[in-house]
Amino acid sequence: MVSEVKTVSGCGIPLVGNDIDTDRIIPARYLKALTFDGLGEGAFIDDRTALKGEHPFDQSQYQGAKVLIVNRNFGCGSSREHAPQAIAKWGIQALIGESFAEIFFGNCAAMGIPCVTGDAVTVKQLQELITANPQAVVTVNLETLQVQIGDYTASVAIDEGTRSTFISGTWDACGQLVANADQVRATAGKLPYVSWGNLAAS
Amino acid sequence: MSKGTLFDKVWDLHTVGTLPSGLTQLFIGLHLIHEVTSPQAFAMLRERGLKVLFPERTVATVDHIVPTENQARPFADRLAEEMIQALEHNCQENNITFYNIGSGSQGIVHVIAPELGLTQPGMTIACGDSHTSSHGAFGAIAFGIGTSQVRDILASQTLALSKLKVRKIEVNGTLNPGVYAKDVILHIIRTLGVKGGVGYGYEFAGTTFEQMNMEERMTVCNMAIEGGARCGYVNPDQVTYDYLKGRDFAPIDADWDQAVVWWESIKSDADAHYDDLVVFDAAEISPTVTWGITPGQGIGVNQSVPQPEELLEEDRFIAEEAYRYMDLYPGQPIKGTKIDVCFIGSCTNGRITDLREAAKIAKGRHVAEGIKAFVVPGSERVKQEAEAEGLDKIFQEAGFEWREPGCSMCLAMNPDKLQGRQISASSSNRNFKGRQGSSSGRTLLMSPAMVATAAIKGEVSDVRELL
Repeated sequence: MVSEVKTVSGCGIPLVGNDIDTDRIIPARYLKALTFDGLGEGAFIDDRTALKGEHPFDQSQYQGAKVLIVNRNFGCGSSREHAPQAIAKWGIQALIGESFAEIFFGNCAAMGIPCVTGDAVTVKQLQELITANPQAVVTVNLETLQVQIGDYTASVAIDEGTRSTFISGTWDACGQLVANADQVRATAGKLPYVSWGNLAAS
Repeated sequence: MSKGTLFDKVWDLHTVGTLPSGLTQLFIGLHLIHEVTSPQAFAMLRERGLKVLFPERTVATVDHIVPTENQARPFADRLAEEMIQALEHNCQENNITFYNIGSGSQGIVHVIAPELGLTQPGMTIACGDSHTSSHGAFGAIAFGIGTSQVRDILASQTLALSKLKVRKIEVNGTLNPGVYAKDVILHIIRTLGVKGGVGYGYEFAGTTFEQMNMEERMTVCNMAIEGGARCGYVNPDQVTYDYLKGRDFAPIDADWDQAVVWWESIKSDADAHYDDLVVFDAAEISPTVTWGITPGQGIGVNQSVPQPEELLEEDRFIAEEAYRYMDLYPGQPIKGTKIDVCFIGSCTNGRITDLREAAKIAKGRHVAEGIKAFVVPGSERVKQEAEAEGLDKIFQEAGFEWREPGCSMCLAMNPDKLQGRQISASSSNRNFKGRQGSSSGRTLLMSPAMVATAAIKGEVSDVRELL
């Protein structure tokens, strides 16, 4: 399950608005399931229904887009991984935004989807460039920490440790974590609470 | 960078090592699971041929999908039944303790872990639910995770993480009558914004939190996440130890004495360094109500919906969206807003002290005509305790329905939902669009006592008029 993510290239899709929460990304009724299958259709479903075809996820010019451009505190609220799963199943492979909610960011990272941040001016410019030319290819480069559309280039940022997991293809940490089981037991052994009370006995 | 805080100490003690990426491999002392975010994690484990490394350090319950009226199995909702069966199966197959319906200890995961004494100071705690921050009330580092991370903990009892910064939020002084822990956290979020805590863990300090009981502290830490902070905590003290002593999973005898010494040692040092400090005065906090579609869109009960120009420019876009969605106009007093449904419960405010405060308001009064009002205890133990005190009778005589424990209409994954554009007064934690089960339903967040007041009056009202 190792695959490097150094660049993501594809058409962009702008989604304007601060504080877009994960209930809006995927309503709770879609969580009543044992798998993540079929979540792509549910992405932003209530906002899309309310906007009657005018939501970017329904607009024809953005179909097939791979890079989602959002604003501040995107993905706040519930920890549901169903939210990034829905966005990914719709076709998104990378996000650029002013900021991301912590848990959403971590969920995306664990799925191999980079969320990079740019300042408000950069993000607004990217959204405008894509709106003006939806066919333009957006490239997010994690090695140079730059995003490019045509001859427009801007700097973006991502937490260094997370960036490193994408570059080295270790964003799925499970294997590495399990490989250190001996050290994990040693750390647990030093924590007093691991050996007291009924949890230890059970 | 923070130094000498509880967060730093607990982080260091749980650090297994540094991964090649530079991320920390962090040991998770207590892993809580429920039916919604765990089935895919168990499936991933099976796909990879991995076993649960520390089955005794994961504890399960069922809460999100459980009906609160008729809990007979099989559930009427086939999908809900499939989900509880999957959890039963996964727990049995992996030797995980499961507090099922009827066990006497089932309930909302963030209510049962503290009441069982599972939640203890100095632990790292994770759960596939953002309100895991609640457990920080005990001086634990507790945070929500997604399903891939649930898989990682099941397989390794660890997570790959980067460290948060620490912001100290100090609130000093005594709260005025009619002002509750819920108002304190709504006030903090309203002031710092829903994005204010991104990148931070919050340490709640100061005399106001010192005076709070454990359930009040849980209410505050519960909603740290609504302020953008992945975790929030209060340093443990005698109030914490008094709450814990004698609970099912609390240390006993010599272990207890050792535990108290250890808990004292992990508290933030007097000269600890924080990345940021914000100070509030308890006297300035009023009963608070949200008017919009984020928990940061709150105002005092006697204030009016803000004008766009009173807000920061970056907050106006979502305010405009909120006026339209909520059908409220700038300058409109929030007091007097007609209510359809009143919900008392949730991991924020479904504990016994919450029900007691609401019952004080309900006692000897009656729910206004046309209002649907219901009380959902946070756990089977809360329900039992409330019934022993006669709170169920007080609520029922006042016209409230008395239900079985679960998450209920906080997120409406069970039959408890708003219909159409109904507007609710809710003691829960989120007023997001569509949150309570109707894609056009509207939510006003407030304290349980304020919800009870709204139920009696039929409209948003000041609890202080009924005290």
